[in-house]
Amino acid sequence: MNWSRRFGSAVFAIVAALLVAAGLMLLVNAPPLEAFNLLAKGSVGSTRKLSDTLMAWIPLVLTSAGLVVTYTAGLWNIGVEGQVIAGAIAASYVARTVDGPVWVLIVLTMVAGALGGMIWALFAGALKVYGRVNEIFGGLGLTFVGQALATYLIIGPWKRAGIASTSGTNPFPERAWLPTVAGSRLSLVGVGVAVLAVVAVYLLLRGTRYGLRIKAVGRNPKSAYLLGIPTNRYMLSAFAIGGGLAGLAGTVQVTGFFHKLVPAVSGGYGYLGILVALLVSLSALWVPPVAFFFAMISVGSTQLQLRLNLDSSLGGVLQGILVLFAMLAQGLQVRRGKRIGSAASTSPAGEH
Amino acid sequence: MEAVFASIVAASAPLVFAVVGETITEKAGVVNLSLDGSIMLSAMAGFAVAFTTGSTTLGFAAAAVVGILVALVIAYASITLTLNQVAVGFVMFALTRDLSTFLGNPYVHQPLAGVPHLPIPGLASIPFIGPVFFQQDLMVYSSIVLIFVAYWFVFRTRPGLKLQAVGERPEGAHSRGIPVNRLRYLYTAVGGALVGVAGAAFSLDVKLGWSFQHTLNFGWIALAIVIFGGWHPYRAALGAYLFGALQIVAIQLQPVFPTVSQILPSLPFPIMILTLLIVYTDWLKQLANRFPALREFLASEPPSASGTRFEPE
Repeated sequence: MNWSRRFGSAVFAIVAALLVAAGLMLLVNAPPLEAFNLLAKGSVGSTRKLSDTLMAWIPLVLTSAGLVVTYTAGLWNIGVEGQVIAGAIAASYVARTVDGPVWVLIVLTMVAGALGGMIWALFAGALKVYGRVNEIFGGLGLTFVGQALATYLIIGPWKRAGIASTSGTNPFPERAWLPTVAGSRLSLVGVGVAVLAVVAVYLLLRGTRYGLRIKAVGRNPKSAYLLGIPTNRYMLSAFAIGGGLAGLAGTVQVTGFFHKLVPAVSGGYGYLGILVALLVSLSALWVPPVAFFFAMISVGSTQLQLRLNLDSSLGGVLQGILVLFAMLAQGLQVRRGKRIGSAASTSPAGEH
Repeated sequence: MEAVFASIVAASAPLVFAVVGETITEKAGVVNLSLDGSIMLSAMAGFAVAFTTGSTTLGFAAAAVVGILVALVIAYASITLTLNQVAVGFVMFALTRDLSTFLGNPYVHQPLAGVPHLPIPGLASIPFIGPVFFQQDLMVYSSIVLIFVAYWFVFRTRPGLKLQAVGERPEGAHSRGIPVNRLRYLYTAVGGALVGVAGAAFSLDVKLGWSFQHTLNFGWIALAIVIFGGWHPYRAALGAYLFGALQIVAIQLQPVFPTVSQILPSLPFPIMILTLLIVYTDWLKQLANRFPALREFLASEPPSASGTRFEPE
């Protein structure tokens, strides 16, 4: 899709989403303008707020960047939540058992987390490639299994001495925590990992043979196979990359944010990452700004609860409407394009 | 023992509605992936309307309308705009889930009388069968009736055959003059209505009340059970009852094995994955072939045009 049209649908989606959100607020007798103001102030209004937003941005960027790869390969990886959790579990295992200097532990937890997410994604990939189990349901099923596993560990083998509660494990020893900028909760290591991930995914898809081939597999797996691309291997590798990045997100959640394993460790960033990936329609460079906007909404909406007694789920509603409208706008444009195309009796440009 | 079975039948009723509804939608070739959110939103709407108007009936009606509206958005986006069904379904899941929390805020933990108990005279006194099936309420009875009606409609009537044709061979159906996309709209809406009723069945009866994320994960479980059920109303209902049994067993085991009871509710997913594997994987297929009863039970294929778009030339 060309630039002006893409820009047009983006503006349409944002304006429409804001209008619907304003309408919802009027419905529950809340002042929309003040609410939007609070959203902005609550997310970037102070250094502390900005660091909170960035801490939400990190896992979101990681999951969305990974999903850009799997979606480019034509795979509907909806099991990211599970891959985030699996990464968190693996990183927690290292953080709880391995001893060493801070930097060694940072590297080890990251590697373990990435591997954990990767393995979980490869389960879904193997089910898809060798078992013909649709990746939506394989991934979804594995998410539930991952959640059950985390809960089991927290109330079972990793329970706090004496008490078995779902509030989480004992905090990790401090050397396993991600170092933060003095006086804030921001971890520069986390930000660096997220930026690296985006750059890597961008370069991978734009500048390599791998990228070209994975696109071919995504567009049409049958022709790609006939052209001699080992489609199974490429699909599995896309799962592995997506899962690995989701696992890193899980790692940052446990070592940079919670400092322990909790049942809700993924914080919904897997699901939110799917929305971001859908919105950027497969271009990795759009992930950081869109994810930042989404993180702003998520973090800022907690202010709505405090100040206006509005439920913070309004943020989620806003995000959902935004993506829905962007998709509908795109669909309407394609449809209009097709109509014009068929009127001129030319074949419509395939813009899917 | 009777009491346990009776509570399984009652606890499974909402899932039966959702699973049968989604089965009908998928039979027509559309996958409504929003289930987890749309059940939640209709549960909220049903409760809110019943609470405000004092009428349980209106609550159920409102929930059905919400289910239909969500389904129609998905139908419009995927059929008319030919957008990806999975993407639209997922977005609608996220949106309706958060909407239910936002709009349901004033109704959290409000009291409400549920669907009244209604033992069927005569039948209720049959030993075992009576207490399990005939000392329930109207909502539970309708869920049981729905299973048979859905089976009869899909497999035994002409419109049901057309419904199957639309999901299996849209091109063929089109060439015989069946309005493929119009029927897909229709059955997506019908399925949506049943999904809406499922929501109200939770908030107005089985899990009476409204709280945040009141029906969390039931939609995903329903989607899994549709597959486990092989797109067949009887087997889908059986899946719903199996899951209901798991839940009741988990509650019963809670004091004895707290760990086990936390994990039991996620069992349908490994079971679903295993079912799919046996259905599709060659060597597992061969294994199943040695046990005809097992093969018979597991044999299932999704409607072959499921999730695809159909654009008449």
